[in-house]
Amino acid sequence: MNGDILATFAGALASGQIRVVDLTHTLSPDFPVIVMPPELGQSAPFRMERISRYDAAGPAWYWNNLSFGEHTGTHFDAPIHWYTGRDLPLNSVDTLPPSDMIAPACVIDCSAEAAKDADFLLTVADVAKWEKKHGRIPPRSWVLLRTDWSKKTGAAYANLLADGAHTPGPDAEVMRFLVGEREIIGFGTETIGTDAGQAGHFSPPYPAHHYLHGAGRYGLQCLANLDQLPASGAVIVSAPLKIQNGSGSPLRVLALVQERSTG
Amino acid sequence: MTEPLPKPNRKNPLVRTRQPLLPPASRSHKAHGLTLAAAAGRFMLQCCGECGQYTYPAREACPNCLSADLPFKDAPTGGVLLSETRIEVTGDPYFREHMPWRTGLVRLDCGPSAVVHLHGDCGGPGSQLSLSLQLDRVGQAVLFARPVSETPDMEDDPQWREMTADPKYRRVLITDGRSPVAVALAIALKKAGAAKVFVGVADRWKPFEEQKALEAIEGVEIVDLDLTSERSIQELAMDIGAKVEILINTADHVRPTHLFNAGAINTAREAMDHTAMGLMRLAQAFGPVMRSRGADGKTGAVAWVNVLSVHGLSNVPQFGVHSAAHAACLSLSQWLRSELRQGGVRVINAFTGPLDTEWFQTVPPPKVAPKVLADAIMDGLKRGLEDIYVGDVAKDIEARLFDNPKAVEREVGQ
Repeated sequence: MNGDILATFAGALASGQIRVVDLTHTLSPDFPVIVMPPELGQSAPFRMERISRYDAAGPAWYWNNLSFGEHTGTHFDAPIHWYTGRDLPLNSVDTLPPSDMIAPACVIDCSAEAAKDADFLLTVADVAKWEKKHGRIPPRSWVLLRTDWSKKTGAAYANLLADGAHTPGPDAEVMRFLVGEREIIGFGTETIGTDAGQAGHFSPPYPAHHYLHGAGRYGLQCLANLDQLPASGAVIVSAPLKIQNGSGSPLRVLALVQERSTG
Repeated sequence: MTEPLPKPNRKNPLVRTRQPLLPPASRSHKAHGLTLAAAAGRFMLQCCGECGQYTYPAREACPNCLSADLPFKDAPTGGVLLSETRIEVTGDPYFREHMPWRTGLVRLDCGPSAVVHLHGDCGGPGSQLSLSLQLDRVGQAVLFARPVSETPDMEDDPQWREMTADPKYRRVLITDGRSPVAVALAIALKKAGAAKVFVGVADRWKPFEEQKALEAIEGVEIVDLDLTSERSIQELAMDIGAKVEILINTADHVRPTHLFNAGAINTAREAMDHTAMGLMRLAQAFGPVMRSRGADGKTGAVAWVNVLSVHGLSNVPQFGVHSAAHAACLSLSQWLRSELRQGGVRVINAFTGPLDTEWFQTVPPPKVAPKVLADAIMDGLKRGLEDIYVGDVAKDIEARLFDNPKAVEREVGQ
């Protein structure tokens, strides 16, 4: 029976009935990373240094050495990333259950609101409005906050002002609601963190990190192409690198979308 | 009268770029006492510990009393011109390209007579001169005589310009525009007549206060440059590598930590990446083209300046990582110096004490104001120095290192 499902799935992929959308930014040295106060530890940005390129250091081959922090580019946050998830079982990227790496997604489109207000916050009321139209968020779903922030670049993307970053995200109450009442598997954003730029001033500070990881759930950030996903029905494939005791990792995030018109 | 240096024309793309040639380089071990003095802009000659007579050229024993106690000592800089020789023809490949060349026989006020390079504005025999030790294009010390008083455009004298790294009409790259010294340097360079000042800034998406001040200076162009990225440095070198005649590396990364702290390795790696590795990446990208342009007209490539912490010479535990990173930079700068010397491009190290900036907030005065550092670098370029010590802390450490390096290690390391 399982064989039939997978064969049908493979056939749908081959025919284009299922479209694969890449939700990943290219890992490049210029992509902004999270900035901490300078006296604290910093995430290393992505760097690539050549080992050889068909030259004296390697006549027939091209390869590079890479360096980057776990939380660089489009990346995955494991529960161990936050203190609230530090004592949970299977809380690091190497112990993450593989079945959690494939899950459905609900996409809440707040791009119009975020365009008007860089500090836009997703609230329970916004989720209620979405559910009224698309149905209740199923348990173990990803909730992805679409803001179209991924279309910005450089300074506009980081949007750092003298009082810190100004980027949209969830408020504390909606995170409590999504994790507790809707049992989401994780929360994803297009910005540098799962939390809003000013979330350090919320109560608790960084509520997305606080509640998600405290309940053993996951985060995805710096996502792209959320505008190509339906409000519901897409399936997300997000497998971080298997780093021993890793708190997160850059990864390739794919979305499987069924083409309604050809179906 | 010195002819003012004409503003150079744009490069003629049909004409071959002249390859750098160097003046004779051989010196005795003793003669490097003169190199030491010239590097720091001091006028020092051997002075006999027994009979007190100065002597020149450098030698092993006093020609007056045969004493071997012949240390280098600061000497009076005055002298009288005895005779002048204008060399019109020579077989030396370097000097051939700089004919005519003025030399003179000078009786130094401290005693000895010496053949010296003569500034064009020096009068005839009998005139009073002011002597200095200069590093020539190959980095060796030579005696140079200038008129006692200033003359118009005297810095433009062609022989003097061979001994210096004057920014006039030259294009400069300041590598880190976020450095607290960047604005002061850009202003000083424009004042000194620099044709253009490129200012590298990493992570343009991170705002910084000095950006407006830099943009307001005429002739300043902000360019993308991240010293921790090989690609970023190479891309900038592809654009402007052949336009940089003076490179001023202001890279720094001050993050205090304790040697035994858990995160100290990361702090050290970041500091090394910004400073030592950054310097090496810069050297790889900009070094070869600068070395090849050492004789590219009257305003060819001439100097590479590193702004270093004086604590690179002796570790101060409060800024242990910073000290270690700058010690690594110092070692690399010596390597770079030997490479760039082949093109007649000098490497200048400006050793500074703690700057009067946020990262040294808890350090008690005396501290170095960015403008003081910028002015000292301008002075070093205009006088052709190699080692510059800026601020009371740096000058003190230099003097004490000269005297007893082990004592400095104990005292600074407390």
